[in-house]
Amino acid sequence: MADFLQQVVAGLASGSIYASLALALVLIHRATGVINFAQGEMATLSTYIAWTLTANHGWGYWPAFAFTLAVSFLGGAAVHQTIIRPNEKGSVLRVVIVTIGLLILINGLVTWIWGGEVRAVDSPFPAGTTEIAGVAITTADIGTIAVVLATVALLWGLFQYTKLGLAMRAAAVNPAEARLVGVRVTWMLSLGWGLAAALGAVAGMLAAPSVFLDPNLMAALLIYAFAAAVLGGIDSPIGAVVGGLTLGVGLNLIGTYVDFVGADLRLPVALLVILVVLLVKPTGIFGKAEVRRV
Amino acid sequence: MSPLLVLDAVEARYGPVQALHGITLDVAEGEVVAVLGANGAGKTTTLRAISGTVRRSGRVEFAGKSLRGGPEAVARAGIAHVPEGRGTFTELTVHENLRLGAYTRRERSVRSDVDRVAQWFPWLHERAGQPAGTLSGGEQQMLAVARALMARPKLLLLDEPSLGLAPMIVREIFRIVRELNEREGLTVLVVEQDARIALRTAARAYVLEVGRVALAGTSGELQENESVRRSYLGY
Repeated sequence: MADFLQQVVAGLASGSIYASLALALVLIHRATGVINFAQGEMATLSTYIAWTLTANHGWGYWPAFAFTLAVSFLGGAAVHQTIIRPNEKGSVLRVVIVTIGLLILINGLVTWIWGGEVRAVDSPFPAGTTEIAGVAITTADIGTIAVVLATVALLWGLFQYTKLGLAMRAAAVNPAEARLVGVRVTWMLSLGWGLAAALGAVAGMLAAPSVFLDPNLMAALLIYAFAAAVLGGIDSPIGAVVGGLTLGVGLNLIGTYVDFVGADLRLPVALLVILVVLLVKPTGIFGKAEVRRV
Repeated sequence: MSPLLVLDAVEARYGPVQALHGITLDVAEGEVVAVLGANGAGKTTTLRAISGTVRRSGRVEFAGKSLRGGPEAVARAGIAHVPEGRGTFTELTVHENLRLGAYTRRERSVRSDVDRVAQWFPWLHERAGQPAGTLSGGEQQMLAVARALMARPKLLLLDEPSLGLAPMIVREIFRIVRELNEREGLTVLVVEQDARIALRTAARAYVLEVGRVALAGTSGELQENESVRRSYLGY
């Protein structure tokens, strides 16, 4: 039983990282109807910036974390203004292809600057375990879950309780109408890209200590994030969080208790989740079916 | 005194199709003016040309200044546009819709403004937490008007408020528009297919035909006009 609960908590920790990246995907999809395939690479770039600050410039982890969030936010907004926005007038497919181009570009850029070698990243959390109700849980797991939950709570507060957050939601659900009440929709979309980039940075920085840092850090993580977002409902922020946590726990339990899956077949299981959800319930757990009046 | 809103030879097109062939009209402060006409006469496009949601040429002047820019800028200038087909954010709650109405305003009096607007639509309070999409058609139309009022606009553009609503609801909406005008001095430019109720509410009206002003006059004059009676009033 203790072993089972340990696996559940470990699953919640990796799931919260999926949730963070999935939330980034959902934010952008809600606002623009586009899947940002470069979301993972943007996060990789952010993680390298944080790593450079701590490893080469002697910054503490948390100052580097905060600084990287700010840089990622500005970078995400800048990407929207300069690369995405000029293409938004075209079809959705056009923007999607631009994001795939961006994926390749950032991946190349990261390899060019930092090289392809694999680097170890120190965990910001003390090593060791804490015992809660007889279950030993690693401090890193607790820390990871706490950081993601705090981020999600902050975002939720922004969207639910501030005028800016309300305007961002309005711009996402009905841009034409939002313009009529005076919301500068393009700015809101740029803000959304900034927030998504910052969320991705959170995911990257939290994931790096346990999986090592290399230019393909986020490749698998992006698949898990897709699976989480699809499972929760691609337009539902709550769905992204619940989907991420569910997927994390589910994959961890399957990997532990289903012998032939082990650690190697986790990624195919995530792809299977995407496939099954899209076939059986395309709107996911929390998604609403799109209703069109004809 | 110069009018609050002036349109001078305003043209607009959707791609190759020219929708407005030079509209000239004006609205004085504190006036309710109606724009009548058949489907496709350019009524909605006239409002869209004012609010900047369609590309236009010609001069639009508001409060003595040339009106420029997209809908965001027009909203900031003090014009609230209630578009055709109940412009509400259906996924957001009634209260959030109202808060968005006050988006362009800096003051912190939004709460008291909700109370002020709810005088006209008392049910707004009970439904505050409900998504706008769950309201009936008439309620959504009223919410759209209430949201526009939250901006404390100098000019309200109302597009076809009667569309798809029961006659009783339509009368209620026009009664509120009339009272808003009488008691608060609200200036309104209303586009309406139902000429009868529009002429009863407005002091003056313009009749559009294929993107041009075919007739203009006071509501009394137009009600007496033979062709208006035959084409739009049906008697």
